[in-house]
Amino acid sequence: MDQPKNPVLDTEESDQNDPTKEKEREPVSRESRFGRFSRRSFLAQLGVAGVAATASPLAHAVDTDTAEKEASAGVPGAVPATLNVNGKEYRVKLESRVTLLDALRDHLQLFGTKKGCDHGQCGACTVHINGRRVNSCLSFAVMHEGDKITTIEGLAQNGQLSPVQQAFLDHDGFQCGYCTPGQIMSATALLREPIGPDDDAVRAAMSGNICRCGAYNNIVAAVQQARGNKPA
Amino acid sequence: MQTFRYSQAQTVEGAVRAAGSAGGAFIAGGTTLVDLMKLNVLQPRSVVDINALPLDRVESLPGGGLRIGAMVRNSDLAWNQTVRQQYVVLSEALLSGASPQLRNMATTGGNLLQKTRCYYFRDTNYVCNKRQPGSGCAAQDGFNRIHAVLGGSEHCVATHPSDMAVAMMALEATVHTQGPKGERAIALDEFYLVPGSTPDRENVLQPGELITHVTLPALASGTRSRYLKLRDRAQYEFALASSAVVVSVSGGRIQRARVAFGGVGTKPWRSREAEKALEGQDASSENFRRAADAAMADAKPLKYNAFKIELAKRALVRTLTETTQVA
Repeated sequence: MDQPKNPVLDTEESDQNDPTKEKEREPVSRESRFGRFSRRSFLAQLGVAGVAATASPLAHAVDTDTAEKEASAGVPGAVPATLNVNGKEYRVKLESRVTLLDALRDHLQLFGTKKGCDHGQCGACTVHINGRRVNSCLSFAVMHEGDKITTIEGLAQNGQLSPVQQAFLDHDGFQCGYCTPGQIMSATALLREPIGPDDDAVRAAMSGNICRCGAYNNIVAAVQQARGNKPA
Repeated sequence: MQTFRYSQAQTVEGAVRAAGSAGGAFIAGGTTLVDLMKLNVLQPRSVVDINALPLDRVESLPGGGLRIGAMVRNSDLAWNQTVRQQYVVLSEALLSGASPQLRNMATTGGNLLQKTRCYYFRDTNYVCNKRQPGSGCAAQDGFNRIHAVLGGSEHCVATHPSDMAVAMMALEATVHTQGPKGERAIALDEFYLVPGSTPDRENVLQPGELITHVTLPALASGTRSRYLKLRDRAQYEFALASSAVVVSVSGGRIQRARVAFGGVGTKPWRSREAEKALEGQDASSENFRRAADAAMADAKPLKYNAFKIELAKRALVRTLTETTQVA
């Protein structure tokens, strides 16, 4: 399969394959040599389905301090949209069929929100829209201009974990961690909902987040701590 | 997912115009539409976003009754104070459905219009008369545990999965719409169609016709109501059988009863047979059982769902028992 040509990586690889240069080659990490380049961004530019070849393959690797992101610039039918995520405005160009989940992960490089089932049946993709928990896999990104979107990356403030995040640590509320961002986003929104005080009420209120590792007991305890309720 | 033209409507008239001319789909919460578009079961060329429409209020009507905007989110409706106090069956039904996240997205109009969970409808590898009329029904000889025992035909036995619609049936709701030909009010009892030989037609809506709100009549004081949902899991699953009851009792005798079932019918199933068997009768377990038998008299079991008949009967007996017990 043809891969988009990456001038930086191709150069390095041709060096590494050159036997005459073997002794001179130093083991250098990609990160130190190429700034914020990581394994994830390397894989991302290898033509993952749905990510169009852009004019600048390193666009995905660039530091995210800049507020403006050009995504899928060359895709026909892509429309411009501004998404407010964790207090920051992102200008993107997206096909209307891109879900909010895929926009967050593939276009904004906010990988904390996970894709579990992609059909609203697991809750791993839970984010907040204007403070309310929703499944980002079942909404189109272009529908959310003007909305305040919060992801797991937006909970900690000034390096300080939120009470819910801290409670998940205190009670060991996860094992593999894949469902955990969704669990934490759900639990955080739950604090603002009219839910009964007992553990069964919490279980019902958290029933939209599935945990294959079975960390449920600890999740319930964590949620109750965050609510200020004593664990049953 | 196929690409589509996306537009945002600012007015009801604009939405109707945008959808009607292009045969477009309305998108509200998206919990049914996006799900089925990902499966290529639905492939609208045009999608009209109605989230900006001013249809998100719950208002008490003068003289009693409730007016619910089509864009009211399921969670908001479930937690609404009037609904919790006066239309208990509706609040219970809504809270038993889906998940908290889905309830925050799903709307009144969308909930009524949600599609069946039939495995064969949802999988384009199988023949399905609802998706493609005349192609066949894979559920008849397939795994039909979640399918209907009431209202089915040789062409389709897919159940309607909504809980809210069942409660609204028992509450005798009216659906209000605006379409290319103007406005109309449709009794919910006449809104849905059984599959017959045209399972692709599920309700009486015309292309481009938009549900704007639902109204509920006032309930006489002393009316009690309840929703009971039975399923394999405790949460986050559709009903195998469910029962909605709205009943008023005086002196141990049932004065008025409205009964509807979920999980067992090809549409939310209002049971006039049960109501006739209950009104004027003592609120006794024998009479409850007789009403349940009457409700399920025409039920037709399939290979894997015969248990639903007895399950639905017991659900009705239990809801009647709980609503007629003196507090």
